[in-house]
Amino acid sequence: LLKKFLSETCFGVAVAELMSKKRDEFEDILEERRVSSDLRYAMKCYAPVIYKGLSPCKPNAIKSAVLQSEQVQYVIKQLAKETGESPDIIQEEAMEILDEMGHSMQLGAVRFFAFTLSKIFKRLFQRVCVNEEGMQRLQQAIQEHPVVLLPSHRSYIDFLMLSYLLYTYDLALPVIAAGIDFLGMKIVGELLRRAGAFFMRRSFGGNRLYWAVFAEYVKTMLRNGYAPIEFFLEGTRSRTAKTLTPKFGLLSIVMEPFFKREVFDTYLVPISISYERILEESLYAYELLGVPKPKESTSGLLKARRILSDNFGTIHIYVGQPVSLRTLASGRINRCPYNLVPRHLPQKPSDDIQEFVSDVAYKMELLQIENMVLRPWVLVAAVLLQNLPAVDFELLIEKTLWLKGLTQTFGGFIEWPDNLCAKKAITSGLALHSNIARLVDGHVVLNDKGAEDGAVGEIIFKRALAVLMCGTYRNQLLNVFVRPSLVVVALQMTRSFRKEEVYSCFSFLRDVFSDEFIFFPGISLKDFEEGCFLLTKCGAIQTTQQEIYPTDKGSVVISFLSAMFRPFMEGYQLIFRYLSKEAKETFTEKQFISGVRNFVFQLLEKGNTQCYEALSSDIQKNALAALVQLGAVKKKKIPCVDLLEIKPVAARL
Amino acid sequence: MAAPAEEAAGSGPGSPSSARRRLSIISGHLRGSPWAPGREGPSPSPCKARGAPAGPASGSIPKKRQELLKWNGWGYNDSKFIFNKKGQAEFTGRRYRLGGMVLPTFKEWIEKTFGASLEHKSTSRASLNVNDVPPSIISEEFLQDLIATKISYSQDAEDRVFRAHGHCLHEIFALREGIFRRIPDIVVWPVCHEDVVKIVELACKHSLCIIPFGGGTSVSSALECPEEEKRTIVSLDTSQMNRILWIDEKNLTACVEAGIVGQDLEKQLAESGFCTGHEPDSMEFSSLGGWVATRASGMKKNIYGNIEDLVIHIKMVTPRGIVEKNCQVPRMSTGPDIHHFIMGSEGTLGVVTEVTVKIRPVPEYQKYGSVVFPNFERGVACLREVAKQRCAPASIRLVDNAQFQFGHALKPQVASIFTSFLDGLKKFYITKFKGFDPNILCVATLLFEGDREKVLQHEKQVYDIATKFGGLAAGEDNGQRGYMLTFVIAYLRDLGLDYYVIGESFETSVPWDRVLDLCRNVKERIVRECKEKGVQFAPFSTCRVTQTYDAGACVYFYFAFNYRGISDPIHVYEQIERAAREEILANGGSLSHHHGGNFSPFLPDLQGKCL
Repeated sequence: LLKKFLSETCFGVAVAELMSKKRDEFEDILEERRVSSDLRYAMKCYAPVIYKGLSPCKPNAIKSAVLQSEQVQYVIKQLAKETGESPDIIQEEAMEILDEMGHSMQLGAVRFFAFTLSKIFKRLFQRVCVNEEGMQRLQQAIQEHPVVLLPSHRSYIDFLMLSYLLYTYDLALPVIAAGIDFLGMKIVGELLRRAGAFFMRRSFGGNRLYWAVFAEYVKTMLRNGYAPIEFFLEGTRSRTAKTLTPKFGLLSIVMEPFFKREVFDTYLVPISISYERILEESLYAYELLGVPKPKESTSGLLKARRILSDNFGTIHIYVGQPVSLRTLASGRINRCPYNLVPRHLPQKPSDDIQEFVSDVAYKMELLQIENMVLRPWVLVAAVLLQNLPAVDFELLIEKTLWLKGLTQTFGGFIEWPDNLCAKKAITSGLALHSNIARLVDGHVVLNDKGAEDGAVGEIIFKRALAVLMCGTYRNQLLNVFVRPSLVVVALQMTRSFRKEEVYSCFSFLRDVFSDEFIFFPGISLKDFEEGCFLLTKCGAIQTTQQEIYPTDKGSVVISFLSAMFRPFMEGYQLIFRYLSKEAKETFTEKQFISGVRNFVFQLLEKGNTQCYEALSSDIQKNALAALVQLGAVKKKKIPCVDLLEIKPVAARL
Repeated sequence: MAAPAEEAAGSGPGSPSSARRRLSIISGHLRGSPWAPGREGPSPSPCKARGAPAGPASGSIPKKRQELLKWNGWGYNDSKFIFNKKGQAEFTGRRYRLGGMVLPTFKEWIEKTFGASLEHKSTSRASLNVNDVPPSIISEEFLQDLIATKISYSQDAEDRVFRAHGHCLHEIFALREGIFRRIPDIVVWPVCHEDVVKIVELACKHSLCIIPFGGGTSVSSALECPEEEKRTIVSLDTSQMNRILWIDEKNLTACVEAGIVGQDLEKQLAESGFCTGHEPDSMEFSSLGGWVATRASGMKKNIYGNIEDLVIHIKMVTPRGIVEKNCQVPRMSTGPDIHHFIMGSEGTLGVVTEVTVKIRPVPEYQKYGSVVFPNFERGVACLREVAKQRCAPASIRLVDNAQFQFGHALKPQVASIFTSFLDGLKKFYITKFKGFDPNILCVATLLFEGDREKVLQHEKQVYDIATKFGGLAAGEDNGQRGYMLTFVIAYLRDLGLDYYVIGESFETSVPWDRVLDLCRNVKERIVRECKEKGVQFAPFSTCRVTQTYDAGACVYFYFAFNYRGISDPIHVYEQIERAAREEILANGGSLSHHHGGNFSPFLPDLQGKCL
């Protein structure tokens, strides 16, 4: 069957639209800020466009509407019945939750942020570029239906910047789902609250009251069209600049009013925010190597102010086309479950709803990836990591330009600085990222200062830091390259040209890397076809009905692509080796991570591997999650800790 | 065993396959049931009507329908909307209160709402082209048998065409501009139950299909002849079976032949001081048998009930015999109620010939009323409260703002300066003094019925509730006009068709908590679909809540648009209507509250997969 399928389908059709994407032009919003008064800007007349069906209300009115809602009252009564507690006490508890959670958006705080952020952004960034057409589409969307903003998450700057942007364009300011940790910050937490942040606990799966109050709070704001609702599908900042697999909880909450037809439609707006240089880059690298993330605190923030003197280049924000949830759902949702139960009763979403929510989440992330701007430095980093320890500057320029062409062939969104020749662009990239790489005697080398002397362990740690930081930039390419690259890897692994076999290997790799890269659920074949199509397009392979051949001139592309993904192949192999040789029968995730880290560290010390990236806790966690999904490792819930148990590992890698 | 039954099923609407499926299931139930009357077979007792000195009572609708009724539109020949020489709208005829009156603001409303212009006219052809009519295909043997029964029949082209359709948009459109591909081959006019028995027997013998025809007001395509039907199609016109057989004052019931139309039934019962109180909007033309076959609902159901509450006994002739209960009692518990598969069967299972209905003394006193609400939400909340307190008047309806404005546009020229001054004062009070936005407010119309004293008491109770929801009493006159308009509104479609505007109504039944969401979403869906389908002018998309129940309400939608520039308006219309129905389902509403209909494409969604 598969054979038939493979030979009958033609790749071109499936992916043709991918190539023809036309993208909007960018405008720098800081340009005006540099020439006119920030104070006047902060005090400007702010009369945003709002949802057509909005009945204006104050933040506190929302809270009391939530408290009085049938949904929350129902859960309160249920809990009272089950626990024997008086409903009044539970109601009070709900009130406390709401007070902890709720935002209290005030124009004053917004103006304060408008002023201070203007100052800060101008110091930190050269330019903040936005596609104005996207803002216009957003403005239209906000008036028509409730809007959910879904930005990518690479930095704390994300949500500050987005609100700043909407203020600048006179759009309704969003309410933002923020982690409760921010409340630990004195003053700042409360300031954020007044700027529209609402706070959710990190985990509240078991707490029914919290879940009911939180869900109803979000839905009430959405139904009323009170403000655009903003949250991060990735759930947390990606430490690797590689899109994280989506979280579904909040997304399913904001989709529910449409499923229940409490609103006619809901717009989901994917937003891609890309940083030329990420503010938290070195913090992330430490964290990935196991140095814990500093707790959010105001004093920490003040200490961090020295970064204000640093230069973080340009930010590109691409506001994607608003996606109508109604259009996405058309023909997919069986509405019966919602018609047969009163709408205020908490209801576990049916399987097809869960599947739909997951599909939408992945679709939105893929849209984020598609519109994510790639700067020249991203290409430089990718080339550099394949040519360690040093690469000739001229060669680097040549290879970067070559990679630029390939990236564009694969649909990557490269934004090359205006009219700059390659040499200048790369030099300026090097200047901006002098903490990562530098030019020495006509060669570009990783900037692993202090790695020359000191203990072996320290050298390795420093080196790993540099590799991971550099990797952060290369990573931005990976989701654009992953489909053709996995085809290449599969081609090399199978040592066969038969399409069927290559596909089966591709499909296996896709499953193994399902947490590492973003794949739309379940369409393995389509991904394979897309990969083959792109490789054919750049002349790296030729295909017949049954077979795939690498071409002679394609060897450069093929070896580059396989080298690009080698750290992941090797990293996963190391991890699997650790699991099959070294690990105990059962272990916790914590034990696993420190175990792998020590294991890889020893190998690096002995010079038995060069795979520094296997030290990254990100790869380690992703690999473990994939093994759990594949059934090679079993997860057992025991109070407080998750125990993991190894089953015989499929040793295919 | 089910074979003869299937013949009747084949005569059903739309897709015969689903009806057939439905039938075979039901006949399966019957087979196992000890009291199934079908087993006894038809009883060929002599017809009491024929040869009896009085003959059949003459009803309002003649055998030659076209002598009284429009052949290509709604209602009486003499009643229609026209634009007079001055370009003002006028309603002709003397049958309705609006008859002969000039409607000064109506033209402007049409132009504004539909972007229609009086210059662009789309006229219907003047008369039926008899040469286009498909020939009547009938076997000589059947004709001989039929003549032997002495039942009146006709193979005339007009008679056949005028029984080939109901009042769906596409049917009327076909009459004006096209032709039906398949129509009945013969029309028969039985005058009593026994005649029907004979006709059904002949149909079984000669393998024919029968489509029962009552008032011809179906809006569910139930009268449409399946194009692919090869057998002879007999249109069984019940209009001559229109007598009240008896009235039982002790039990307050009346046994009536199924072909009687609503207005005759009420008129004749009134002579003895009774009424049924069943008043669907089509009651001038629709028949008792039709009500039973489509599960009809009447405007005053709050007092009298819907047809299922009114019916005490039904006699139905099926291909396998007569179905009826053995007694005339208020309730039974021996197995499923056979009335409940007859009601809603739309002629697919047999022909309803006689019905015993409940009757009531004609009420002493009637009073209309109306209430203005600041917005639709408050209005719905008020209706919900009225339903909760179970104090709904005979009728209570809430129209949305668009329909309120529409009703306003149909206001006749006022006779005196004094009335116009009063109207102005009223308007000033509501919009300026009370701060109601004329583009948001909505109106409820009320009808009270009963003892004078009780009516007044009841009225106060309802107005008190309305006040709690911000409602203001807006006078008897507005209420009365509202109800009169429902009879006249049906005539409007014909006017629209003359100016490239097509429209139709559909309705649903929905739980209370979803009423507002459903109204908003369906209206918005219609607007959106029109845009997507290339309709150039925003459609008229409006609704009213027409019935209240303990658990929900009936919502009625009107939807019309200007189709200039669209090559296949009927197809576009049907796509949009289908989308609107999908929206209704997604919002937890039903496909129909009282129009009935065959919705086979929706069936898997509606009843679960086991059917």
